[in-house]
Amino acid sequence: MMETTSSNLEVEARAGGRRTPLLSQRRFWRSVGDHTVLWLGVLFMLAPVLLAFLTSTHDAVTIHRDGLQFLPGDHFGETYEAVLFGATGFTGKATGLVMTFNSMVLGIGFAVGKIVISMMAAYAIVYFRIPFATLAFWVIFTTLLLPLEVRILPSYEIVQKMGLLNSYTGLILPLIASATGTFFFRQFFKSVPDELLEAARIDGAGPFKFFVDILVPMSKTMIAAIFIIMFVFGWNQYLWPTLITTDEGYYTLVRGIKQIIQVWVGANIPEYGQAMALAILAMLPPILVVVVFQRWFIKGLTESDK
Amino acid sequence: MASVTIDHVTKEYSTSGRPAVSDVSLAIAEGEFIVLVGPSGCGKSTLLRMVAGLEKITDGEVRIGDRRVNEVDPADRDIAMVFQNYALYPHMTVRKNMGYGLKNRRLPKAEIEKRVAEAASILQLDEYLDRRPRELSGGQRQRVAMGRAIVREPACFLFDEPLSNLDAKLRVEMRGEIKQLQRRLGTTSIYVTHDQLEAMTLADRLVVLNKGEVEQIGAPLDVYRSPASTFVASFIGSPAMSLLNAASDGSALRIGDVVVASGAGLAAGPVTLGVRAEDFILAPTSGGFAMQVSYVEELGAGRLVHGAVQGQMLTLSISADHPMTDELIIAIDPARLHLFDASSGKRITPRRETAEA
Repeated sequence: MMETTSSNLEVEARAGGRRTPLLSQRRFWRSVGDHTVLWLGVLFMLAPVLLAFLTSTHDAVTIHRDGLQFLPGDHFGETYEAVLFGATGFTGKATGLVMTFNSMVLGIGFAVGKIVISMMAAYAIVYFRIPFATLAFWVIFTTLLLPLEVRILPSYEIVQKMGLLNSYTGLILPLIASATGTFFFRQFFKSVPDELLEAARIDGAGPFKFFVDILVPMSKTMIAAIFIIMFVFGWNQYLWPTLITTDEGYYTLVRGIKQIIQVWVGANIPEYGQAMALAILAMLPPILVVVVFQRWFIKGLTESDK
Repeated sequence: MASVTIDHVTKEYSTSGRPAVSDVSLAIAEGEFIVLVGPSGCGKSTLLRMVAGLEKITDGEVRIGDRRVNEVDPADRDIAMVFQNYALYPHMTVRKNMGYGLKNRRLPKAEIEKRVAEAASILQLDEYLDRRPRELSGGQRQRVAMGRAIVREPACFLFDEPLSNLDAKLRVEMRGEIKQLQRRLGTTSIYVTHDQLEAMTLADRLVVLNKGEVEQIGAPLDVYRSPASTFVASFIGSPAMSLLNAASDGSALRIGDVVVASGAGLAAGPVTLGVRAEDFILAPTSGGFAMQVSYVEELGAGRLVHGAVQGQMLTLSISADHPMTDELIIAIDPARLHLFDASSGKRITPRRETAEA
């Protein structure tokens, strides 16, 4: 392939510079091919979202009768207003805005908590000569085998006994230990050259200063990357919030979607439009976070800044 | 500025194994530039790191000035260190990198500014003060690392192979700069390198280390002219000194059955004969012996001829004008041959005495 290309080029060059049109033609078709593949991918990924959005602009009756809608309807305003400001459930506390706020608290608290805890754990494991540090790390690591779902009953009992049901603390605190985060930070810290620590020691930085002044700023791309992953992960939590919060004032968006569908009792038609709208809304903040942080995210994955 | 005394210092990593540094003593005068040189694994970096306080001292004592510093924190030893990979803080600007140590010492801001500005102008870094290390070239990073040491105004600079990450041309340049800088500041310096040329050009005194032990301490030229052992002889100087297995019968020194020098005054028996490449005499009027040329390295200013006498390899440097033949008749300048004990490798007789004999 390469050989033909180059020999063609030579021939064309000798023939008097006719190579430009041929080459650009080839390039054109290649880029058409590339773009077709990309667009197919985009369509495949976005079609369900688009469908959900279009459907959300119709009223519940239309959707109930005709199924998913492929064209925009005329109920955009009222659906979204109802979702954002109207209350679902029994107490009227769980409006879209309140749920968004709760999801935000959960997502950010979850991500920040995990980052803080796992960074400190990794710092201790990598930089301090504590007995059985490696063993401690592997014990932490094996907790990956015990996800929340496995330990949910004991976890619930502890939270309940601590009186943390229906609180943000109860929502977040039991989830912030992170083996994944600890592992990533450990690997990152291990790749930081020892000389940096030694230079800092000569510069008079103690363990705390070294962590705050040097290690944390150096890890910021890493922190951003983990923040994205953990934020989305926390935002999408369903099982744990369902167990811990019964007060509708603590409902998150992900739970709210289900809540809307659940009212299908007797002659009531569930507000499909609103459920779709809520799903769309629930998607926005994670998308925003990814878009804003993606530069950092990619940097964190690829660039080593040492 | 202060003197540094290394007093019977030993470093053992495990009690069973050979010590990394074994009973090294060295008195460094104020303002002196000492170079620790040796092959990798000889303990030179370990020794330096013990002075810096980055390694614990197993036995012995290190004093900076009159103060015993064995138990003193690196930050409180009044030293500054330049690392091989620079160890600059990647997220800080050049200014902050240089000022960080001072900030931790709670110096007033104005004073920090002043010292950083001074160091920057000495090192011609003024225009780079607000850049990050990754926006600088290797040589500039090296300068920043030196700037970070200078602003501390320490009693002693410690350099840990600071030039080995630079390309050859820059290395020569920076070598000159370090030398000038040290002259100008007059700060006591300890410099670790495995590059004997760097060691020769920089040092006031060389310390040649081998397997954790001091082989020789002395001014570069003294070490070059009268190496204390075959190890020093082969390590210092480029090309390496040719070392030949010879035998003395009390009157003549022979390689195989060729008489190469007078052996008067030497006990009969095997001996190692060392000759620097430039100390051979080409086409002597009398007493020459034949060398089979195996290959020639063209250096421009001269040539290095590698060949064999009685099957033993040796290297000599000759003028590029000399006609090359497959066989050269050579002799050894009797005033410049070195003799070493065949078994211990220690120097036997000072060169001058040999010349007189």
